[in-house]
Amino acid sequence: MSAARTAVPAPVAAGGIRQAVADGLVVAARNLMRVPRIPELAIFAVLQSIMFVFLFAFVFGGAIPLPGYPGPNAYREYLMPGIFVQTIVFAAATTAIGMCEDVNKGIIDRFRSLPMARSAVLTGRTSSDVVYNAGILVVLMLAGLVVGWSVNSNIASFLAGVGLLLLFAFSMAWLGVWLGLSVPAVEVAQQVSFTVLFPITFISAVFVPISSMPDWLQPIAEWNPVTTLSSSLRGLWGNPNPPPGTGFPSENPILVTLIWIAVIIGVFAPLGVRRYRNMSR
Amino acid sequence: MNAIKAEGLVKIFRSRKNEVRALDGVDLEVAEGSILGLLGPNGAGKTTAVRILTTLLRPDAGHATVAGFDIVREAQQLRSVIGLSGQYAAVDENLTGRENLVMFGRLYQLPKSEARVRANELLEQFDLTDAGDRVVKTYSGGMRRRLDLGSALIGRPKLLFLDEPTTGLDPRSRLGMWEVIRGLVREGTTLLLTTQYLEEADELADTIAVVDHGKIIARGTADQLKADVGGARVEVVVHDRADIARASELLSRDLDGDAALDEHTRKLTVPAHGGAQVLARVARDLDEAGILIDDITLRRPTLDEVFLSLTGHDTAPGDATGTAA
Repeated sequence: MSAARTAVPAPVAAGGIRQAVADGLVVAARNLMRVPRIPELAIFAVLQSIMFVFLFAFVFGGAIPLPGYPGPNAYREYLMPGIFVQTIVFAAATTAIGMCEDVNKGIIDRFRSLPMARSAVLTGRTSSDVVYNAGILVVLMLAGLVVGWSVNSNIASFLAGVGLLLLFAFSMAWLGVWLGLSVPAVEVAQQVSFTVLFPITFISAVFVPISSMPDWLQPIAEWNPVTTLSSSLRGLWGNPNPPPGTGFPSENPILVTLIWIAVIIGVFAPLGVRRYRNMSR
Repeated sequence: MNAIKAEGLVKIFRSRKNEVRALDGVDLEVAEGSILGLLGPNGAGKTTAVRILTTLLRPDAGHATVAGFDIVREAQQLRSVIGLSGQYAAVDENLTGRENLVMFGRLYQLPKSEARVRANELLEQFDLTDAGDRVVKTYSGGMRRRLDLGSALIGRPKLLFLDEPTTGLDPRSRLGMWEVIRGLVREGTTLLLTTQYLEEADELADTIAVVDHGKIIARGTADQLKADVGGARVEVVVHDRADIARASELLSRDLDGDAALDEHTRKLTVPAHGGAQVLARVARDLDEAGILIDDITLRRPTLDEVFLSLTGHDTAPGDATGTAA
């Protein structure tokens, strides 16, 4: 080693916003670098969603009537926004698995022994997962165009919908962070994620209009953020949007979605941060 | 001045069923520029001690300073002067060696250009230049460990913590690692090292603290510890089972203690002072007595024997396994 030409960095105080952002970006960049290194992850995330498109557009779709929207293409236009939302919900599992893996492989310990901003591991994870999901969404939207989905409104409404999706992705990432820090092993993260996330996406208006569900289930499906977000997107993009119900969330899907996003972040971000802090207990 | 000073460190891991006192009142002092070896079996509390001193865990009682910084109140300042390399190579296997080093350098708050320069230096120092742009997944175990150690050195720490740096390495990689560690020490880095191997502590450490069940049960130089357990051992494998009793008597007379017998292998083990001459004498006496032998060796005490003599039990993991590993 050459003589200690480089000075020992000055002891860092508790952080400062600039350091927190810089360190968060370093961690986020590191998380994103694994995407090209293990392309299978992204490829199968996309394939899984495309499988759902295929199953529902071509297998079940013909048997699912959309009240008020006749025609063979209506269901596919209805389906795609729901698929985008489902993909984002499932992405919480990816976050959880990534987080859990980092803990188990000791990378988190390394991070915690460094003079870096304490927040950066979690903000880096959630922000990189939003970017990753944005990439997946681009591919899915292109696939959607192929099966007959289109945006029938204007660019502003389209971007508003995308913004809403990404905000929701951010909230789901915090859910994933908490989950990933709460389970002992990657396999558990995977199983827990799917046991929780699967029903959330199916008891909703993602695949079928809620009016076909039993009465007792309808209010749950109507208030489900997955329903309100799907319905918001359909409204914003001019896709077939039979009202999920007659209640407040069906009248104000965007507002309810925003409230859900705030609640999910408000609950799971502090829980995740607490889990992270408690690692030193 | 002491680079590390710890007093009465206690750490208790509670689970639903039981409570493990992983550290039960540990005092440590490490002088600047010296090397302390924490020696002990799995589950003794070595890793817990390292994790507390490197701010990864908070102690339940006691206090400690590292490089003058309090481990709880001044954790962030402390982190900027230490390096930690753990038992499991904590590097990102999806990044290249160089990308790992640059990332850790950036998080150590080095400017980007300096992190790059430093990464190059370390790749060269650890003989990883050719592999530097390969994904870590393709590295051998020894290469990963070297990269892990390099990552710990990225910020030129004054103090280095190495938790079982050679566990699981093949003998050649282990020797390579020792060479690297000796090099660091020559440059004046203060080092705290944990190990399960007396030999390793012996090779590398100035002083050794023996840890068992969360307590330090002995400290001293390697020579002092070995003297405590009676120095070297002579081992003789007797050819003919009928000669065992006679051989045992002869050995006990020639040497410094009673011969322990392993019936199955016909092996007699006796503590011995005095080095190679003793061996020559024993061999001659056995020969004169007409006792045929298959093997005779002079060896140092094993960690097991040090432990047995210090604690009355061997190094088989005790109550404190699991969480405290």
